[in-house]
This record gives sequence, structure tokens and C-alpha cells, in this order.
Amino acid sequence: MPPASADEIRGTVREYLLTEFLPGEDPAALTDQTPLITGGILDSIASVKLVSHLEELYGVRFDAHEVSVDYLDTIDLVVDTIQRKLGG
Amino acid sequence: MTLALHERFARSASAHPDRIAVADPARGSSIRYAELDRFADRLAGRLARLGVGAGERVGVVAPKSIPAVGAILATLKAGAAYVPVDATAPARRGTEILTDCGVRAVVAERSLAPALEEAWGRELPLQPLGESADLGVELVLLECEGGDPAPVEGLAYILYTSGSTGKPKGVVHTHASAACFVDWCVDTFQPRPDDRFSSHAPFHFDLSILDLYVPLSSGASVVLVGEEEGKNPLKLAPLIAGSGITVWYSTPSVLRLLVEHGGLERHDVADLRLVLFAGEVFQPSHLRRLQEAWPGRDTWNLYGPTETNVCTAYEVVGGVPPDRADPYPIGKAITGDATLVLGADDRPVAAGNEGELVVHGGTVMVGYWNRPDLDARAFHAGADARRWYRTGDVVREDDAGDYVFLGRRDRMIKRRGYRVELGEIEAALYRHPGVREAAVVAAPGADGVRVDAYVCVRNGEPASTIAMKRFCAENLPLYMVPDRFQFLDDLPKTSTDKIDYVRLAALGG
Repeated sequence: MPPASADEIRGTVREYLLTEFLPGEDPAALTDQTPLITGGILDSIASVKLVSHLEELYGVRFDAHEVSVDYLDTIDLVVDTIQRKLGG
Repeated sequence: MTLALHERFARSASAHPDRIAVADPARGSSIRYAELDRFADRLAGRLARLGVGAGERVGVVAPKSIPAVGAILATLKAGAAYVPVDATAPARRGTEILTDCGVRAVVAERSLAPALEEAWGRELPLQPLGESADLGVELVLLECEGGDPAPVEGLAYILYTSGSTGKPKGVVHTHASAACFVDWCVDTFQPRPDDRFSSHAPFHFDLSILDLYVPLSSGASVVLVGEEEGKNPLKLAPLIAGSGITVWYSTPSVLRLLVEHGGLERHDVADLRLVLFAGEVFQPSHLRRLQEAWPGRDTWNLYGPTETNVCTAYEVVGGVPPDRADPYPIGKAITGDATLVLGADDRPVAAGNEGELVVHGGTVMVGYWNRPDLDARAFHAGADARRWYRTGDVVREDDAGDYVFLGRRDRMIKRRGYRVELGEIEAALYRHPGVREAAVVAAPGADGVRVDAYVCVRNGEPASTIAMKRFCAENLPLYMVPDRFQFLDDLPKTSTDKIDYVRLAALGG
């Protein structure tokens, strides 16, 4: 599998968030800086689900401390975290 | 005579001065009984100098930490009642609670004090509590006006729970009502000084009564599970193994997260002897997976609303059969309590019939703080003139004499193990200036209960799920933020012009 580009990861994360946690929302309203955890979109269980999904999809592993605001609070942060894990 | 909660702790402190009373693995700190006793005594002295005494209230707004436990014990030693407030929830909700019960003082984490003062609308005289910083969290003591001492003998704590009209209500407990439950735990679970009890629930949640006072009455250790670790299954399993926890107590939601995402097979929990859960229904399929990961542990389902502490209990004996789909019963009344099942006419029904579970006895609360209107509805006056607390839970007694939980009579749900009044979420939505009408419905979801909000916005207001979730996160604890939002032109109404929740529920699919 060719390495995923930042845009591909971004697209995947956006689609997952919109389908799972924001059904019916205008996709344009979800920006790369929309606060996810502090904005009430991801609670603890939703964060763990997102991480499990990403781990499976990209074959990466999140450390326990990475399931947190510092690594998951915006799409930008999520993309950075995955890219770092993929060595990109 | 019943020993007060702090007297039980003091007795342990003189019998076991050098044993660890509280460990805080997240901060890498722990405290021995004698040290904690001295810390609490000094803080109790400072509270007393502020005029805190019997029947007064003291707020505790701090993360789970050794100083927070010290503040709770200090309040009790000063003769007052503590009012624990969720330090992670919006400050406005906290100050509403603290002003509702007229606290004389607040012990708060230093960094939370400015937000509290802002929500309070004024600066409060503040004293630093320097020695707390050495124990992991820097606390300050805020002086408040306070209210009149409550005319309740042995007032110990007030726990605020979700209120259906949007205003949290204070559940008032005494040393006697807590001790009745603690005594039953001590008799049943036989805690030893070498036990290490998990303290997973936040202090404003009633599970904390067992977490704190059963070990501290027995010379055992309390192992604090921090707010962050508590929600993160990847951190929980290593914490249980690494800190040698022998007694685990939490909601089934947490245990389910552990089973599904905790990597339990990678961690050796050889010390664990007892698993207790309470707060909601534990699906047998998840319990079976937990038993496979942690075989041979004694397992108990404890039941009771905050108003009654724990009032019934059931021991799960043996393994969960693979074909079992029905949740386990909530069991029989514990020592000190009596239970009845009332039919629609408020008369007891015969065993096997459905009805509302009501409780009378030692573990039941005094009443709600300053809410005689709620007390009048919450208690049923029996033919024998005894006061029976109406749990609002519909149960049936099975052939073995155990109660089986069937559902709720009202609009209260359990989400992530927390009690949530759907009306409180609606009240928060109505505070949004763009919301004209709002209604909230609970439905079964993939992760337990799903909360669907239906909202009608005013002309020209954007209909945005993201904006609504953010508004809710700013006004409610995260576990109350609805999962889904649907925007409607109007809410469906019944013939009497009330919101038609049945039709709304059908919209959710």
C-alpha cells in the first residue's frame, strides 16, 4: 500500500467524524480546526472508537497518553499524529 | 453508637499509622494514615477558624488527589458536610451548586479559583494551602458567606445529581446513612488492611462512598484513579495491575471499555480478588468476556440511587453461561434496609408482578437540600407511617426473591454510568439564544444509550450540530452532550399540545 498523504488521511478522518458523530451536519461546517473534544463532539468513548478505527486502517498504534486533547482535539492534530506514526 | 465517617478513619490511623492510606499512582505519590490524619486535622483547624461547624457546608472543587481526600476528611472533622463538585464541568454549574447549598467555604485547586470567582461574580477571600502542593495538587481555601447551619443531625455530605428542570438537586446524607452502607460492605466483603481499593468514580458520584470509607474504616488503601486515566482503557489495565488493586468498583460502562479496548490479556492482575459494579445494567455478554479475562473473582452487582446509597445487592455466582441474554438481578435488600414493590395504586404487589421499587431504612437520604416540594414527591408514606423512597425504577421479584430491573418510570437515563435527566439537557438547550424549541430522547445505541436532540431554531439562526455540541459542552458535563441533533421546523405535538415524545422517538430510527 502506498503511504497515505496528508490529504488522504484528512479526508478519511473527516468522513469518519461526519458519519459517526455528526450525522446530518453540513460537511463544510467541519473545519480542520473545529475543536473535537473540547467542542463536545468526541467524548471518552468516541475518542477510543476513533483511535481504534485509525489503528486498524493505518496499521499504527496509539500510546495511552495520545488518546487525549493534545493529540486528537482537531483534524489537523489527528492528521499530524498519524503522519508522525507513519514516519511521514 | 454509630461511629462517624472521620472517626472510623481516625481509628484506622491510630491502629495503622504507617500503612498507606491513599495512593495516587498518576502523580506517583502516596500518604500514610498518620500523615493524612495530621493534614486533615490542620485543615480542619483552619476551617473552624473561618467559622465552619456542625451543619455547615464546605465545597470541594479539586481533581482526584490526596489533598482532595484530605479536604473531605478535614470538613468532616470540622463537623461540617462536604459538597464535592465536578472540577471538569463548566464552572457555572459548580457555583450554582455551591450557592444553592450556601457553602461557608470552598477548598479548590488553585488554578480553578479564578473561574469559580468569575462564575460567582466576585472575588472571595483566599488562603493558600501550601502543604497541599507537596502532595500533588495545590489547593486554596476560599471564604464564602455561607447559610444557616442545617438542622440535620450528623450531616455528612450533599451529592448533587441531575435535576429534571435543569437545576441539579442536592441529595443530603448523614454519617448514619453512609455508615449503614459502609457497615454492610465491611461485613460482606471483609476488607483487610492489605487490601487496595480502586477509587475510580469522581467524589461527586455516590460510588465514591464505598471507595473512600470502606478502605479507610479498615486500615486498607485507597488507590486513586485520575480523571484522565479513568476514561482511558489503555491506561486503566496497567494501572490496576501495577498498583496491585485487590477490589475494583466502577460502572459497567468502564468495565466494558476495559474489556473491549483495554488489552486485558497483556496485564497480570493477580492481586485482584473482588469486582463490584453499580450504576447501570451490565450486559451478560460483556460480563462473560470480563470473567474470561479475570477468571475466578468474586463479582457483585450493587444497586441503589444516590438517594439510598446502595440498597440491594446480588452476587454473580459462577461463570456467565454463553446463552444468557438477561441481565443479572439487582438482588435483595441489604442489611438495614427494607424494600417493597408498589403497583399503580401505590399498594404493594405480589411477588412476580411489576411495580416501582421503594426503599425504607438506614441507607436512605434525609431528603433533598431545601426542596420540600421534591421530598413530597420522592417519598411514599406507607400504611405503617414509615417513609419509603420512591426509586422510580420498575422491578419484578423473581422466584429466588431477587429483584429484576425492568426500566424507569420517568425521563431519567444512565449514560456512561451517570444519571442524566433528559430535562436537564433540554433546559440547557433552551438557554441557547437561537433555540426556539428543543426536546431530547434516549434510544438504544451501539455504545449503550444514545441521546438524540430535536431542535427548532429561530429564523435566520444556523442549524449546526457542531455549534450545538459546542454550546452543550460549555454548559453541561460532557456525558450529557447529545450524540445526534436533528433540526425540525416544529416539534411534533400531542392533541393536548404537549411535545409528542413517542413520535420524536420514531424519527430517531
